[in-house]
Amino acid sequence: MELSAENLREKLQRELEAEHVEVEDTTLNRCACSFRVLVVSSKFEGKPLLQRHRLVNACLAEELPHIHAFEQKTLTPEQWTRERQK
Amino acid sequence: MRASGRRTWQPRAEASPQVVNRGSGVEGSGEQAGMSGSLGRAAAALLRWGRGAGGGGLRGPGVWAARSSSGGCSAEQLDALVKKDKVVVFLKGTPEQPQCGFSNAVVQILRLHGVRDYAAYNVLDDPELRQGIKDYSNWPTIPQVFLNGEFVGGCDILLQMHQNGDLVEELKKLGIRSILLDEKKDQDSK
Repeated sequence: MELSAENLREKLQRELEAEHVEVEDTTLNRCACSFRVLVVSSKFEGKPLLQRHRLVNACLAEELPHIHAFEQKTLTPEQWTRERQK
Repeated sequence: MRASGRRTWQPRAEASPQVVNRGSGVEGSGEQAGMSGSLGRAAAALLRWGRGAGGGGLRGPGVWAARSSSGGCSAEQLDALVKKDKVVVFLKGTPEQPQCGFSNAVVQILRLHGVRDYAAYNVLDDPELRQGIKDYSNWPTIPQVFLNGEFVGGCDILLQMHQNGDLVEELKKLGIRSILLDEKKDQDSK
């Protein structure tokens, strides 16, 4: 298990069948290993925020105990399209 | 009363009576430095409002004693803790002195909505609580927000709820009227 932005991105993409994933290493802004992620997946459709975030947490269950701060944004493909149009 | 003259709303289940400013491990310190003025005002406001009703307004000692005597942080105890108040948050630091940018964000959002009467537990004071609450809610990070005994999420979720109006609705269900509604009414009536 390697805690790199790339590894996290690949894992999220694969397990959540994501259309789009962005992983930002925010360690420099925080005091220890930290990431901010954006995941766009149709798996989030019809799910409230908490459930979506839990899906992401479950996907990264192995990594999260080693991550100090974690921010996430979870969008459905439709929400993502709308956001990009703003 | 541990801190004399302080009739205020106080975060309960705090292991030590005084608020210690932990310099290290502060996240988002840039935001905190910038906000120290408004945090000072917020703290002063909290001191003014306090916790009204009798018993000196401090329900803290009872809760604290129960936890320390059992020496643990069981699921049952946490369950009781999160159901004790309508709004319960677990923070790094206290509402007066958040020790983390994300915890600070939660405090500020609640302040924006005029939610003054809530229970805040400082996980930095209690490593068992810090791990216990993560196990209880099956959530890896702090801060954690509970509304009506139910886990709502962390800072990200609360922020989105604030932005999309869901937080106002959820507070309404708890019989808490967000002051943002009043501000909006003022604006509409002008």
